[in-house]
Amino acid sequence: MGAIKNLFKNNIRQYSMIVALIVITLLFQLLSDGILLKPLNVTNLIQQNSYILVLAIGMVLVIITGHIDLSVGSVAAFVGAISAIMMVDHHMPFWAALILSLLIGAAVGAWQGFWIAYVRIPAFIVTLAGMLLFRGLTMVVLNGQSIAPFPKLFQKMSSGFLPDIDGNGSIHTLTLIIGVVLSLLTVVQEFRNRRTQRKYEFDVLPMPWFIAKLVAIVAVINVFTYVLAEYKGIPFILIILFVLVVAYSFVMKKTVMGRHTYAIGGNEKAAKLSGIKTKRVTFWVFVNMGALAALSGLIYAARLNAATPKAGTNFELDAIAACFIGGASASGGIGTVMGAIIGGLVMGVMNNGMSLIGLGIDWQQGIKGLVLLLAVGFDIYNKNKTA
Amino acid sequence: MTDYILEMRGITKTFPGVKALENVNLKVKEGEVHALCGENGAGKSTLMKVLSGVYPYGSYEGDILFKGQVCQFKDIKSSEALGIVIIHQELALIPYLSIAENIFLGNEQQSAKGVVDWNETNVKAKEMLAKVGLQESPATLIHNLGVGKQQLVEIAKALSKRVKLLILDEPTAALNEEDSENLLNLILTFKRQGIASIIISHKLNEIAKVADSITILRDGKTIETLDMKADEVTEDRIIKGMVGRDLTHRYPERVPKIGETIFEVRNWNVYHPQHLERKVIDNVHLHIRKGEIVGIAGLMGSGRTELAMSIFGRSYGRNISGQIFKDGKEVQLRTISQAIDNGIAYVTEDRKNYGLILIDDIKRNISMASLGKISRRSVVNENEEIVVAESFRKKMNIKTPSVRQLTGNLSGGNQQKVVLSKWIFSGPDVLILDEPTRGIDVGAKYEIYTIINQLAAEGKGILIISSELPEILGMSDRIYIMSEGRITGEVNREEASQETLMKYMTKSRG
Repeated sequence: MGAIKNLFKNNIRQYSMIVALIVITLLFQLLSDGILLKPLNVTNLIQQNSYILVLAIGMVLVIITGHIDLSVGSVAAFVGAISAIMMVDHHMPFWAALILSLLIGAAVGAWQGFWIAYVRIPAFIVTLAGMLLFRGLTMVVLNGQSIAPFPKLFQKMSSGFLPDIDGNGSIHTLTLIIGVVLSLLTVVQEFRNRRTQRKYEFDVLPMPWFIAKLVAIVAVINVFTYVLAEYKGIPFILIILFVLVVAYSFVMKKTVMGRHTYAIGGNEKAAKLSGIKTKRVTFWVFVNMGALAALSGLIYAARLNAATPKAGTNFELDAIAACFIGGASASGGIGTVMGAIIGGLVMGVMNNGMSLIGLGIDWQQGIKGLVLLLAVGFDIYNKNKTA
Repeated sequence: MTDYILEMRGITKTFPGVKALENVNLKVKEGEVHALCGENGAGKSTLMKVLSGVYPYGSYEGDILFKGQVCQFKDIKSSEALGIVIIHQELALIPYLSIAENIFLGNEQQSAKGVVDWNETNVKAKEMLAKVGLQESPATLIHNLGVGKQQLVEIAKALSKRVKLLILDEPTAALNEEDSENLLNLILTFKRQGIASIIISHKLNEIAKVADSITILRDGKTIETLDMKADEVTEDRIIKGMVGRDLTHRYPERVPKIGETIFEVRNWNVYHPQHLERKVIDNVHLHIRKGEIVGIAGLMGSGRTELAMSIFGRSYGRNISGQIFKDGKEVQLRTISQAIDNGIAYVTEDRKNYGLILIDDIKRNISMASLGKISRRSVVNENEEIVVAESFRKKMNIKTPSVRQLTGNLSGGNQQKVVLSKWIFSGPDVLILDEPTRGIDVGAKYEIYTIINQLAAEGKGILIISSELPEILGMSDRIYIMSEGRITGEVNREEASQETLMKYMTKSRG
């Protein structure tokens, strides 16, 4: 039992967020008479929130280093606009425009990262300036007007689905197969982890608990893919998100680069004196944020099938809120990619759920604000209690 | 017995795991200057915090009597209301406010409720400044003043609170000779005006000059109270009281096995990072041999830490020039990672701000400087990390239930062991230890000394910087003495004594 208690104590924040997400989901599932978890709505939920989740992944890295980025909404709009000019006005091929757009985003991030990391201007100021600058530039390049429509292939990025293998239409077979394959991979990975931990003679979960955990994970994966399969299968955007989450979680958890990022946020001076190249790491975190902001802008433009001067307004606030709801610390050093995703989903499910039950946008804003405050309040209360 | 202004009886204060004060008694007579002596960690500051209400009534045992009245202070305000004012070693002035504003901070002169009366403020500030003999306009900003004058502003602030008992914690530690002299004379002037003072100081010559009586603390206990005149107190007498009889056993035995020169610095010059014309380190030469423990002694501000940090990958200073040799070959240590790669480690004097990530656990702190050793293709092996951390936990005797414990929750001694583990894990040949036992209790100090000796026995070169002369004398095979950015002397263990060191430490330019 000691091992389980420890596991729970060390991850109380993660678990409480997951529990909160489940409670909120069930609540709206009831209130909306079961519409929330209908296959169509689940697919919608994913597509609606994808661009915020992409931003949240980059933002949590920025917040872990102890900074903030207010410019991502404007940068997303700016890159969306440029991509429209490239693809719609100049008929550039889809893939070339995509790569160029991401590079432009990275360049924007490098511009801001330079002022923050090397000139040491506070990120709040640099990115506030960036927010104004790139919103202005968006309007300049668009001449204040929207550009549409995008090529079909580009639209598919955020509204397309994985094609099916048999195509008989009733249920999406490939999606089900992917669910099974993922379950198998997870089980194998969990067993391998367990074996290495045993090799190092660490405490592991007792076998029955371990099996219970596996069954739960496998059930969640397959129920989820089944729900998706009932509609049109796996949206492309979910694959992009999945890859991003896995990759960034891996980098932040397992690699030297990730460790350095946490160390800088935890105590920059100590990190520096331990040989960590604090300026360089900070710079690259912002370059990365720029590239992800660009990706987010592309996804949004593709979903809307237009580049508009007002695109991305307040995206930065949603992304920042997602990180803090997901347990990131405003003073840096603490936060996870998974937490930011869960935080983003909490916001997304609430948005969607409140719309479904007919709450106005006015109440939605207010309630979201309170949830943010309560989530962080709960976090700080917990920390003070354990300290 | 009304001739005592202050009596503290049987004060006992415990922190989790440590008994900081045990049945301490302190009696200060009306209008006297009373010195409080003891080593770092003897409990002087804790005692003064109990007195001033930083540790409120109820968090300690024992009684405080001020002018015969039992007092139960719940915060600093309530002790200040009676005229007990403490001036801490780290000055608590706000740099971008004026002298007058600082003097009346928290005690603003008001014409109507909540409205500051600036005329009154300035007139009174001038009055206070005259009393402490500081010729500055009350409108001058604090950050334009030197440390000596800032100290005087602190005292003026104390006077504005109608001080009856002034407590000065190491008032002259950061001052030069002249400013110190002024300050001590001021204390004597106050004495004639009937203000009693408690002065905490390591500088025994100062104590001999101003104090009427002296109380010595050791390991949180009162050792004795001496009357300076009646008891014919000498400095040796005070030292004996401070360190007790077991001085010889405070440093573990060691037979030095000294080899070739492993590390050498030549013609080292460093300028201040902001004031580019100020030379902080002036033409320093030094060398360390294998298995040798070399001490650097010097007063605060003599450039010891600046020297160490500038050597360690140029982490301090600008326009650095000079050469560094490792094993006889010249090396370039332009960045901290180059320094680490060349087997140099620097253990900072300020472990909380520069040494540890307090919100991270022990294992991550230990691996921070050498993640390369436990990772393959830049992927960290977290299982290996735990194994490494566990081995250090055992070897260094870090008292913690688990290596997943946050370093912020550890005691000072255990934190220092984590910082040492981090640097030992980086596999250095040369360790620079800056104040390795600052703020650590006596038992943990001994353990740290043992570790340092072990490192030397393994053939590493060790450089110890310390403000505590006994520590330098007890640990070092050879000692460099710094003053004003230069090395003013070099002595071997046999010829070293507090007096010789002090002579070189106070040797000034020209």
